[in-house]
Amino acid sequence: MLSIFLKRILLAVPVLIAVASITFFLVRLAPGGPFDAEKAVSEQVMKNLNEVYNLNAPLSEQYFDYMSGILVGDFGPSFRFPGRSVTELIMTGLPVTFELAIYSMLIALFIGTLSGVTAALKRNTFLDYIPMSIAMIGICVPTFLLGPLLVLIFGINLELLPVSGWDQLPGDKILPSLTLGFAYAAYIARLSRGGMLEILNQDFIRTARAKGLTETMVVTKHAMQGGLIPVVSFLGPAVAGLLAGSFVVETIFQIPGLGRFYVEAAFNRDYTMILGTTIFFSFMIVVFNLFSDILALWLNPRSRDI
Amino acid sequence: MSNSSSLWSDALSRLLKNKAAVGGAIILLILITLAILAPLIAPYPYAYQDLDLGASPPSSAHLLGTDVLGRDLLSRILYGARISLLVGFIATTVALFIGVSWGIIAGYFGGKVDSIMMRIVDVLYGLPFIIFIILLMVIFGRNLWLLFLAIGAIEWLTMARIVRAQVLTLKNQEFVLAAQAMGVSNFAMFKRHLLPNILGPIAVYATLTIPQVMLLESFLSFLGLGIQPPMSSWGTLIKDGVESMEEYSWLLIYPGLTFTITLFSLNFFGDGLRDALDPKTSD
Repeated sequence: MLSIFLKRILLAVPVLIAVASITFFLVRLAPGGPFDAEKAVSEQVMKNLNEVYNLNAPLSEQYFDYMSGILVGDFGPSFRFPGRSVTELIMTGLPVTFELAIYSMLIALFIGTLSGVTAALKRNTFLDYIPMSIAMIGICVPTFLLGPLLVLIFGINLELLPVSGWDQLPGDKILPSLTLGFAYAAYIARLSRGGMLEILNQDFIRTARAKGLTETMVVTKHAMQGGLIPVVSFLGPAVAGLLAGSFVVETIFQIPGLGRFYVEAAFNRDYTMILGTTIFFSFMIVVFNLFSDILALWLNPRSRDI
Repeated sequence: MSNSSSLWSDALSRLLKNKAAVGGAIILLILITLAILAPLIAPYPYAYQDLDLGASPPSSAHLLGTDVLGRDLLSRILYGARISLLVGFIATTVALFIGVSWGIIAGYFGGKVDSIMMRIVDVLYGLPFIIFIILLMVIFGRNLWLLFLAIGAIEWLTMARIVRAQVLTLKNQEFVLAAQAMGVSNFAMFKRHLLPNILGPIAVYATLTIPQVMLLESFLSFLGLGIQPPMSSWGTLIKDGVESMEEYSWLLIYPGLTFTITLFSLNFFGDGLRDALDPKTSD
C-alpha cells in the first residue's frame, strides 16, 4: 500500500513540471508584448521595463529562472499591478477563496450525504423521489444562473440577505456558499445513494442484520463506510470544479478571492498573473486528487493488503 | 448481442415507454427545429436595435420583451439556440472522435500501448482544463471555432475509458478471433467489427456529454470569455440578464428558463437511452 502512495506522489512531480512548462511557453506564444496597450514609451523606458520583467534574457534562461523561482514560491511580478508580486496577489485572494470553498463543501457534504443515504434507505418512497428530483435540478441549473436567482429572491425581493460582498455585512457569506455548494450537494446525493444501494445488498450487511444489530448500527458502522467511498473519490475532482465555480460565484457576489483575480487577469491580459495562478491551481488540484485517492484507497479494505 | 436489430428495436420500445425520455426528446426536436429555422421565424434580426424603446416587458410586439438596447429577446434566444446547440454538437463530435479512437486503440492493442495511453488519460483527468481553456482564449483571442475545438478536446477522457472497457470485453470473443484469423486489417477490425458492437454506450455517453459541453460554453460566455457580442449564446444572454435583473427581471428569467429546460431534456433523454440500451444499470 505504501508503494502505491509513493508511486502516485512520484508521478505527480513530472506532471506538475510538464504543466508549468507548457503554460510558460503557451503564454510566451501570446501575440504582442505585455505593454502594448499602454501609450508609447521611449526606447529606454521599454528596455528598463523588459529588464524588470526579465524579458531581455534568452528564452531558455527566462524559463530556468522562472522554474527555479516557482520552487521557492516566487511567481515573479504582476504585469498589471506594478510593484506587487503574483505570489502576493495569490496570497491575498487565497484565504477568501479557501473559506468560501470550505463552507460550500460542508454544506454539500451535509445535505448531499444526508439526502443520499436517506434516499437509499427509503428507496422508491417520496423520501427517495423528492431529494433525487431536487438533485436533478441542482445538476441542471448552472451556478451562474442559480446565484443570480438566489440574489433576486433573497436579496432583492425579500431583502433578507446582502446581495454582494464578503465579510462586510452579517450574513453576506450565506448566499455565495449556498450557490457554490448546491451543485455539489446534488452530485454527492446521487453518488452516496448509488454507493449505499450497492452496499446494502451485500452479504455482510445481511450478516450484520442477522446477528441482531440495530438498523442504525448497520447503517452507520457497516454500510456507510463502504457506501460513501464514491463520495470520497469524488472530492478530489470536486476541488477542480469548486475552483471553476469560484470564478463565477466570486464574480457574481463581488468577492475579492483568487477566482475573481484570475478572471480579471484574463481580461487584463496580465500574463504573469495568469501564468502564476494557472500553475498554482494545477498544483492544488493535483495535490487534492492525490489526497482523495489515498483516502479512498485507505477506506476500501480490499485494497489495503496490496 | 447475437442479433443486433432486435437489440435496437428492444431498446427503442423500452425508450418509448419512458415518459421523461420521450418528453425530453420531443422538446429537443422542437428546439432544434426552431434553431435551424431561426432566420425565417425570428420576429426581428438578432442585432436589430430599437434604442427609443429600450428595455420593455413582454408585449404583443415583443413576446418576451426587449433588452436595454431595444433588441427583441425572443429573437435573440432563437439565434442563441443556434450557437448553444451548435457548440453542443460540434464539441461532442470532437470529443467522440478523439475518445473513441483512443479507447479502441488502447483496448484492442493492450499491453504497453494500453498502459501508456491510459496513464496519459489518468494524468489528464487530474488537470484543471477549464483554466487551460481560459488561457487559450486569452492567448489566441476569442475565436468561435477554437472554443468548439478546445471544449471538445477536453471532454474525450471519459469516452476513452468507456470505449476501452467495452473493447476489452469484446476482443476475446470468437467473432473477433475469427476476423483476426481471416487476416482482417486493424482499421477494418475497428470499423466493421468493434465499433458496431459498442455503439450503444457511445450513443449514451455522447447524449450525456452534450449538456456538459453546453454548460462549459455558457460558463465561459458568462465570464465574458466565450461568445462575443453582438452574437449571442444562451450564456451571454444570461450574463446580460444578470447585469440588469434588478429592474428587468424578464431578461434573466426567459433565457435561464430556456437553458435549464434544454439541459433537463438532454439529461432525461440521455438517462432514458442508457436505461433502454442497458437494462442492467436501471433500477
